[in-house]
Amino acid sequence: MEKLLEEFSLGLFVWQLLLFVGLLLLLRKYAWKPILGAVEKREEGIKEALEAAEAAKKEMQNVTADSEKLLKEARAERDALLKEAREIKEGIISEAKEQAQAEGDKIIKQAQATIESEKKAAVADIKAQVANLSIEIAEKVIKEELSDKGKQQKLVESMLSDIKLN
Amino acid sequence: MRNSFFSKKLVAVIFLIAGFVSAQNHEGEEVETGAHDLKTEIKEYIDHHLLDSHDFNLFSYTTDEGEHKYVGFPLPVILWDNGLKVFLSSEFEHGEAVAEVDGNYYKLYHNKIYKTDAQGTINYGGHQGEETHEEEAFGEHLVVDDTHPTNEKPLDLSITKNVVFIAAVALLMFLMFRSMAKRYQKSTMPTGLGRFLEPLVLFVRDEIAIPNIGEHKYKRYMSYLLTVFFFVWIINLLGLTPLGVNVTNNIAVTFALAMITYLITTFTGNKNYWKHIFWMPGVPVPMKIILAPIELLGTFIKPFSLMIRLYANITAGHVVLMSIIGLMFIFKNWIGSPLSFLLAFALSLLELLVAALQAYIFTMLSALYFGMAVEEDHH
Repeated sequence: MEKLLEEFSLGLFVWQLLLFVGLLLLLRKYAWKPILGAVEKREEGIKEALEAAEAAKKEMQNVTADSEKLLKEARAERDALLKEAREIKEGIISEAKEQAQAEGDKIIKQAQATIESEKKAAVADIKAQVANLSIEIAEKVIKEELSDKGKQQKLVESMLSDIKLN
Repeated sequence: MRNSFFSKKLVAVIFLIAGFVSAQNHEGEEVETGAHDLKTEIKEYIDHHLLDSHDFNLFSYTTDEGEHKYVGFPLPVILWDNGLKVFLSSEFEHGEAVAEVDGNYYKLYHNKIYKTDAQGTINYGGHQGEETHEEEAFGEHLVVDDTHPTNEKPLDLSITKNVVFIAAVALLMFLMFRSMAKRYQKSTMPTGLGRFLEPLVLFVRDEIAIPNIGEHKYKRYMSYLLTVFFFVWIINLLGLTPLGVNVTNNIAVTFALAMITYLITTFTGNKNYWKHIFWMPGVPVPMKIILAPIELLGTFIKPFSLMIRLYANITAGHVVLMSIIGLMFIFKNWIGSPLSFLLAFALSLLELLVAALQAYIFTMLSALYFGMAVEEDHH
């Protein structure tokens, strides 16, 4: 310890203190601040870039998820639409069938009715013609009667048998 | 596995050499004297190497006529002795002559400047008139130099070898980091020297400052931590070069560094820090009273330990390294000298690690103390 104290050089101490503090102040202004500043700026930049990349990645994932969701929705909608269309189609077809059936029935009914009425008309017509014929026959018979009694008879008989045949 | 193998090998080599050393010692006792002078010379050389100097000596040698020749250049001596006295250290002629300035006489004696009369007489305290006394120690007869001159010592603010070296390192650091900082203006990526230095700067920030001081408060301490880390590291490394100017083995240098750490800790300490020193929370009142002086003493002991640790590690490293190098000249045989050379080589590598390690420890502990000073109350 005594040796240490004896060795202690005040001059060296003063110079060391002066030079070191001077160096410290100079380096702080001209070296450490710019160096640490640049390093920090760079690290900040790297951090920001990484964060941006991360955010972009996340957004990308979101977009993918969104598009997938959209696709799914679209697919579901398409399926729904197709299903609906099919139902509508089937509905239309069955309705059309029903309608056709109904229309057909109606037409048939009308046709039957028409036929019936035609038939009735025809029968009426025939009846009227038969009446007319009968009147004509009667007229002719009466006229024949006037000429030949036997023949008149025969005529009436043949005419009557004709009618029967009809 | 590999490491443990090598460390085993290293231990084996050390034991081997230790064996040779003891063997050589026994021989030396039998032969005597010749080796003893060499040992003393080596010891003196090591002592001299560890000291600061008023000249910038590169090396010295002794001619056949016994004349000492020095190769180097003188440095300015600045004294404050009733006025500023400035002259070149060459006037001392390496302690062999008396320098006269403005009617005052100064003499260099054991690397210290004393005020003397015109003849350069040095007066001694303990052993009047004797420069040395003899004593028996460690079973050897030693000539011990224990003189304490009583001459007046002027305030010595000389630009010594160490001051030159500190200034050179400061200049080197400024140029290095200034050029590194300038390169960042062009691009945010480090280029050139910055590629090597940036990881170190980041190491100080991420491994030393932030874990010890905390994310929010480390910034104001970064300048000091970086400066002290690189200063101690570079100056330790350069101390290992053949130029071999040791700066951190001067207690004055480590004291200055530790004092700055102490001052920063003290002046940036927050309320919580002082509360923990003077009125420790969470303990009974009598304990608070007992703890206050202990804690207060602790604030001085912490930087004191910083000072001693750096000083002692570097000094010890140099002493051991130089002793082993010195062993080469004592052995002077075909097996001992190469072995001590190998050991010196291994130790030099270790010293490279120590240079960085001590810089790390100094910075780390400084950061730890700063962290304590600004820690927030958790209770």
